[in-house]
Amino acid sequence: MSIATALTLRRGRGRLHWTDLASYAYLLLGVVLMFGPVLWLGLSSFKTQAGLLEFPPSLLPTSQKEVSVSGYDKPLPLFNVTLEDGSTRVLAQARRIGLQAQMIDPAEPTKIIRVALDKRIPLRETAFAWSNYTEPLRQFDFMRYLGNSVFVTVVATLITLLINSMAAYALSIYEFPGRNAAMVGIIGTLMIPITIILVPVYLVITWLGLVNNLWAVILPGAATPTGVFLLRQYMLTLPRDLIEAARMDKASEWQIYARIVLPLSLPALAVLAIFSVMWRWNEFLWPLAVLSKSESYTLQIGLNAFQGELQTQWNYLLAMTVITLLPIAVVFVFLQRFIVAGIANTGVK
Amino acid sequence: MAHLALQSVTKSFGSLQIIHGIDLEVGDREFVVFVGPSGCGKSTLLRLIAGLEQPTSGEIVMDGKNVTGVPASDRGLAMVFQSYALYPHMSVYKNMAFGLENAGLPRAEIEQRVTRAAAMLRLDDYLDRKPKALSGGQRQRVAIGRAIVRDPKIFLFDEPLSNLDAELRVAMRKELAGLHAEIGGTMIYVTHDQVEAMTLASRIVVLRSGRIEQVGAPLDLYNRPNNLFVATFIGSPKMNALPAEVIAMDAGGTRLAFGEGNTLVLDGAIGGVAAGDTVTIGIRPEHCELASDGPADCEAVVEFAEQLGGETYLYCSAAKLEQLTVRQAGQHMKTRGDRVRLSFPQERLHLFDAQGLALRHGHDAAQRS
Repeated sequence: MSIATALTLRRGRGRLHWTDLASYAYLLLGVVLMFGPVLWLGLSSFKTQAGLLEFPPSLLPTSQKEVSVSGYDKPLPLFNVTLEDGSTRVLAQARRIGLQAQMIDPAEPTKIIRVALDKRIPLRETAFAWSNYTEPLRQFDFMRYLGNSVFVTVVATLITLLINSMAAYALSIYEFPGRNAAMVGIIGTLMIPITIILVPVYLVITWLGLVNNLWAVILPGAATPTGVFLLRQYMLTLPRDLIEAARMDKASEWQIYARIVLPLSLPALAVLAIFSVMWRWNEFLWPLAVLSKSESYTLQIGLNAFQGELQTQWNYLLAMTVITLLPIAVVFVFLQRFIVAGIANTGVK
Repeated sequence: MAHLALQSVTKSFGSLQIIHGIDLEVGDREFVVFVGPSGCGKSTLLRLIAGLEQPTSGEIVMDGKNVTGVPASDRGLAMVFQSYALYPHMSVYKNMAFGLENAGLPRAEIEQRVTRAAAMLRLDDYLDRKPKALSGGQRQRVAIGRAIVRDPKIFLFDEPLSNLDAELRVAMRKELAGLHAEIGGTMIYVTHDQVEAMTLASRIVVLRSGRIEQVGAPLDLYNRPNNLFVATFIGSPKMNALPAEVIAMDAGGTRLAFGEGNTLVLDGAIGGVAAGDTVTIGIRPEHCELASDGPADCEAVVEFAEQLGGETYLYCSAAKLEQLTVRQAGQHMKTRGDRVRLSFPQERLHLFDAQGLALRHGHDAAQRS
């Protein structure tokens, strides 16, 4: 089905059925709710610092039109001016003195016209402040932060998948006393928020000498109860016959894990990989606690640097937020096709 | 060479005992079929032999060695599962090669063995396919191929044909019989279908509620069932069981009363019963005869008739006799409500005591002629 047919699908033949209208309205609401903030972020990241603080806010990034006039070093802002005789002209403002502005016509720069401030309206145009992107990339060690973030995300996700799948294998394939108790214990840790264990974990990390090391970010969260739970539930649905057939085929437990269970759990692993990438990429509190030197910052911590005690450089912050969002969006687009369950059941019956 | 012995093997799941002390020997190159109604423990018994379950007590001895504690992977057996249990992410070739790779065989030998098995099972054209692209019969053959390439001591089959349609089941049954003749391995086969048991087995083990009811060659079980359960389980349609009472036993023979006012006289005295005892008369549907005008043993009404062309099944009832099935060769134009007169040749009659144990067997055709 092409995108065009998908977008114009409807129930009514010929005329629109009321359910068509209702479902499109509902879908539209969903689109606005979900993409509205992202669109706002994207457009705002191109606004200047002044444009961001403007009231009323505009959707598109705008800036005042300027013109260079001979005799003036800097470009002068352009205004629509209503003159005393009632006519309007476009004039450039040379300087402001009290409630009066000295305006000049760019065509004849020598003649100064005095205009009251309330008689002029700034001339605006849509302008993208690309400098929001270029400036911080130059000043701010973006590539290093990106590298740190990628390292943390990739390594932590691989470790998470490995450890969690092994735990899930044991908890789903083996029958042993205390299996359910172990599972309940793992699920129970979901109820403990990071803020509670922040200090003890920090002490452990200090004791291991890992402060300001990226491994301090990777290791504590490598085994996630959510991941173990997700993978275990999926592995429980794998036919027992397959495991037993592999045992009859002289496969060792490691071979069953690596060659039978892991490939068949691919849909669940993909889901966990997506989650893990998102968690790790967006993780903030824990890296903020253990990473204090700027060379070990991840992107999220780097972004925090734009937020000063007295002033926040919103324009840079927004632009870098957009850059930070892009990799995760790409990952999601590529991995989502793996979230198709049911590969496991095709060999049975 | 593979010789298997089960010595008073029991199995319980929690407080529920599934297998109650099984003693059984399986000789080399035998084709043994475990048959019984569902829940009789036949699959559990197979899994105990396979090593997928541990017996609660008793020993499993293979070629003189106690293998009770040996894990499934080290017993050198191969099993074909009811669900086939093909690895869905591997091609047919990989499925068959998996066990050999685990055994650490050289690549060339793996290829040779898989190719040979594939040729034997006519799977050559499908080696690159994934299981989901195969039909039911092909998947079944892959599952069997996976067992063959391993060259196991014993083949174990867990209801391998029950997921196939009727026609394919008959075809696969023939192939399995042919396969056993060709490779000559020891096979243990579990089924609930007595036809499969009769056609494939060199020896049948009839199980009920975790106990062996009878072990023997198919025709032995058919002709000389130890008890009423085996008598009615083996044979299709099943043997008619007529509740009866011994009226008198003297020099003239044993007089039995059954149904409403019907009597039968058996020659000679029968050990183990006395006048007044309750017994069960067993007669197979194919041994009931339609008496046209001669003396009849019983009169019944046809409830339902099945005309198969070559033979006719009449499902009849009579007073105090629930159901009497009659199987006659040829075509007999009877319909619902017709009265038939039946005679039961006494040399065909089986007799069971109140506990269902056999007192007397009818003679089979070979013995009579």
